[in-house]
Amino acid sequence: MTATDGILLTPADLAGNGVHGDDPDVHGKFGVFGGRYVPEALIPALDEVAAEYEKARNDVAFLREFDHLLRTYAGRPTTLTEVPRFSEQAGGARIVLKREDLTHTGAHKINNVLGQALLTKRLGKNRVIAETGAGQHGVATATAAALMGLECVIYMGAVDCERQALNVARMKLLGATVVPVTNGSQTLKDAINEAFRDWVANVDRTHYLFGTIAGPHPFPEIVRDFARIIGVEARRQMLELTGRLPDAVAAAVGGGSNAIGIFHAFIEDQDVQLHGYEAGGRGVETGEHALTLTEGSIGVLHGSRTYVLQDDEGQTIESHSISAGLDYPGVGPEHAWLKDTGRATYHGITDAEAMDAFALLARTEGIIPAIESSHALAGALKLGRELGPEATILVNLSGRGDKDMGTAMKYFNL
Amino acid sequence: MTTLQTVFAKAKADDRAALIGYLPAGFPTKDGAIAAATAMVEAGCDVIEIGLPYSDPLMDGPTIQDAVHRSLTNGTRIADVLRTVEGVAKTGAATLVMTYWNPIDRYGAERFARDLAGAGGVGTITPDLTPEESGTWREASAAAGIDTVFLVAPSSPESRIKAVAECCTGFVYAASLMGVTGARESVGEAAEGLVERTRTQTKLPVCVGLGVGTGKQAAEVARYADGVIVGSAFIRRLLDAPDEASGLASVRELGAELAAGVRG
Repeated sequence: MTATDGILLTPADLAGNGVHGDDPDVHGKFGVFGGRYVPEALIPALDEVAAEYEKARNDVAFLREFDHLLRTYAGRPTTLTEVPRFSEQAGGARIVLKREDLTHTGAHKINNVLGQALLTKRLGKNRVIAETGAGQHGVATATAAALMGLECVIYMGAVDCERQALNVARMKLLGATVVPVTNGSQTLKDAINEAFRDWVANVDRTHYLFGTIAGPHPFPEIVRDFARIIGVEARRQMLELTGRLPDAVAAAVGGGSNAIGIFHAFIEDQDVQLHGYEAGGRGVETGEHALTLTEGSIGVLHGSRTYVLQDDEGQTIESHSISAGLDYPGVGPEHAWLKDTGRATYHGITDAEAMDAFALLARTEGIIPAIESSHALAGALKLGRELGPEATILVNLSGRGDKDMGTAMKYFNL
Repeated sequence: MTTLQTVFAKAKADDRAALIGYLPAGFPTKDGAIAAATAMVEAGCDVIEIGLPYSDPLMDGPTIQDAVHRSLTNGTRIADVLRTVEGVAKTGAATLVMTYWNPIDRYGAERFARDLAGAGGVGTITPDLTPEESGTWREASAAAGIDTVFLVAPSSPESRIKAVAECCTGFVYAASLMGVTGARESVGEAAEGLVERTRTQTKLPVCVGLGVGTGKQAAEVARYADGVIVGSAFIRRLLDAPDEASGLASVRELGAELAAGVRG
């Protein structure tokens, strides 16, 4: 018996095997993507986070503490659920959901925040700040901060505050200060700008608890590793359930954390297709979408080289999606790398397609998914028809739809 | 064309610090920016930094964000930035462009360096380009004969100051405090120490920016730095003015106060 027997995540589980390109290089590069494009003032803080994380990920005591929280607080491992009635609409392919919606706070975001909140304590800091789009990362951060006695400030675009009022109330109830951001497009990208401004001024006692796998090195790596449990569990569970690996894994992609969380454990399984579904919004032809990987170009946003929605002079183009969590004009650099190497394939799903899948899962299986996750469900329906009835598709049901009822009431006239 | 080297040599001969003013292109209008920068030069600015407006200015405080937003709303493009540089360089001030990295990345590093030099610009300040990512830009700038200025901060350890200073030509930009741009009650306490630490790593001039907005503050910084950088305070004057003429008068007044300040 080894020191890490019996825990959900071993050091190898946490970070993968470090195959080429799998781990970023010393400058945080995935191929040409990633890196650090930030004010020099933040470099020491990023170095400090990277060094502390490097120690933590190899520290069995840290892994045990993280493991304990994942089991006893987040509710891991999450189950797999087969959805045969839903699958009938997918050409009969066998669709299996990874139920991150069943975690505490209702979305996969809890995995990352628990890991980073523990890291905050190791860094000797007592304040966390975070950006949030749909409010899920904000709620998760406020939750972890309450649990660990950390001061918490959440930056949220004013437009998002309005469309996710329930989550604003949740964050406040959890003791966080929610700051509505009124500049720019008043959505996630502007909340990130504002959080960086806070961080540079308060870096001595503050950890920026980044919510997705974007941003400067080491955030893409850290957030991925803490989300990686999704795929590590799902891979084992699929082998138990079906006796083999799935033919494809499907996930929604905004910043990309839930997708990388489920993809990463399968990257070396070359026979397993990886499919990411971005928000097609009102349709690619309208220009109102968040199709960063499928329609964007390579640039720098929020400290990282990646695919970006930008005009011909490098100005960020505002994205659109019915789902606040996917409404972001950038994407994590590791997805950019997976796209360019061909290991993963990315597609667009329109608002309408996502809402159809949202309603279909509710009616056929009694599960109300987050609208973000509904993009992956809509993708799986298409993919199933392509791959045929023999195929098995694993879908990351990254969150539940309670927070989306306001949008659903309006959309469906409920 | 006046180079940065000429500016600092002249300031040194006068036993004073250089005065560096910042203004985004396209603010308050495309022509208004040239007029305001010209007024800054006439009032005593030795160097002008023309800001290239960017949609996501994560190092800037509310005043510059506001100005940049207005500039982008006015439809400012890179061609307008270059035209502004051309107009300001004609006044005889050394003219730089201050920009986040992505617009240059998208425009093409070689093309931007060449076009900036062609417009009479003498260099750039790139606040989010770290030494690790700066190779392409430094090569392009060297080829076009323009200077590259990068920032050090109070949090920078000696190793980072060294790495940043090695990438700089022209001068090193020392951020006076940990925070975003914007005028403040007092200049950061860390500024003087940072300038001293920077001087142990480089012979280049060291200029201080962030939070400087009055003649008194300029005088205080001029005691230990080679240059004093003022941005938000000029913009504030333009934002608060009821019309363009009074805005220019107000900018002149501040410029004169600061110019007296850097002369001690």
